[in-house]
Amino acid sequence: MSTLNISAPRSPRRPAARRSNFELYSWLFMRLSGLLLIVLVLGHLFIMNILDGGVHRINFAFVAGRWSSPFWQFWDLSMLWLAELHGGNGLRTVINDYARKDATRFWLKILLYVSMALILALGSFVIFTFDPNISG
Amino acid sequence: MTATTETAPSGSRGSQPPVPPGAITLTVQIRRFNPEFEDEPRWQSFEVPALPTDRVLNVLHYIKWYLDGSVTFRRSCAHGVCGSDAMRINGVNRLACKVLVKDLMAGNGKPTTITMEPIKGLPVHKDLLVDMEPFFEAFRAVKPYLMTTGHEPTRERIQSAADRARFDDTTKCILCACCTTSCPVYWTEGSYFGPAAIVNAHRFIFDSRDEGAEERLDILNDVDGVWRCRTTFNCTDACPRGIQVTKAIQEVKRALLFKRV
Ligand code: HEM
Ligand code: SF4
Ligand code: SF4
Ligand code: FES
Repeated sequence: MSTLNISAPRSPRRPAARRSNFELYSWLFMRLSGLLLIVLVLGHLFIMNILDGGVHRINFAFVAGRWSSPFWQFWDLSMLWLAELHGGNGLRTVINDYARKDATRFWLKILLYVSMALILALGSFVIFTFDPNISG
Repeated sequence: MTATTETAPSGSRGSQPPVPPGAITLTVQIRRFNPEFEDEPRWQSFEVPALPTDRVLNVLHYIKWYLDGSVTFRRSCAHGVCGSDAMRINGVNRLACKVLVKDLMAGNGKPTTITMEPIKGLPVHKDLLVDMEPFFEAFRAVKPYLMTTGHEPTRERIQSAADRARFDDTTKCILCACCTTSCPVYWTEGSYFGPAAIVNAHRFIFDSRDEGAEERLDILNDVDGVWRCRTTFNCTDACPRGIQVTKAIQEVKRALLFKRV
């Protein structure tokens, strides 16, 4: 009796249709952001880990040098937002699919949304306000 | 009598028939549950003589008729037409009347064990018999019937062969629920319409004679509609009619995405 035994569907009553395209757009977003992430993430990994001695050359000056260019600022900002929204929306799907109680579902999603907001805010804040001239 | 069984014969047809030459002895494990008397399902084992060319349904009949008449399951046509004997056989959803014993036999003359469980995700009434109502509720919710506007035509509704071909695959559904009850999304979220309902919506959405496509697409565009599908292909693997279920779901997604049927 240790095996997973699912005898009845968790919520047989279906809520009234919302008539919105939200799920369609979120599905589409996963595909499009995934395509962009291939370029952004693989490019990022290549630059950080393989090119010119890889991680060994990364230090404060290296990061400061890259973020002085709007191109790399934009790259990192897009990667931050796309990966966070893509990963967050993916986890939303996972929670929807696997949470069994409405309360669990609700609190897991609150936790997810709060963490997403925090990471997006903190990340954007750092990229926009980064100051290479630290004293000391 | 070579049939070896621990259980005293208590089936409904009395003494066991002679074992035919070439028969092997199967160990059949059935997941039994009677909610009137038991809190938990349990496994019960039977030793059954069977020919490799027998169907699993024959094995079930043998058990019910000669070993234990209380074993409960649904079947009607016994020929893969009515869709009533879907069950989990050795962990995969199949129609008991379409699976042959020889396809489940262990190699090299090793002893063969066959497990049978009720399909997952629907409430179990008794043993292998489940309550199909949630499944049919989802089926009805997609309006699986011809919808037209205006007056009834005086002549037959003509359709070209090419138009007919677009939904040919999904006309083959026998509503056995093998697909829906193999879907991991449906297991945990019963409000998902499930592959069978989408297959039957597809049957009408892509029918040139029908005018209700928009209404059905609207229904399937919601949280519990096609976007819940994770493209795992369990449903396609399970379908005894060989319907390309996941492909049909994909075609509905495409129709929604490009607003074109
Ligand atoms: C490398 C490029 C990537 C591509 C091409 C990609 C593609 C996809 C696609 C198409 C889906 C949707 C699957 C479905 O709806 O069934 C998905 C789901 C998901 N992705 Fe990505 N992704 C990428 C990177 C990432 C990254 C960097 C993260 C983490 C931040 C991530 C986290 C997730 C999660 C959590 C899901 C949900 C899993 C599920 O639905 O089962 N992905 N991905
Ligand atoms: S392909 Fe979709 S509908 Fe079919 S089993 Fe997988 S998730 Fe369920
Ligand atoms: S699509 Fe196939 S598996 Fe699903 S209910 Fe119809 S016949 Fe059964
Ligand atoms: S008994 Fe009718 S399909 Fe198997």
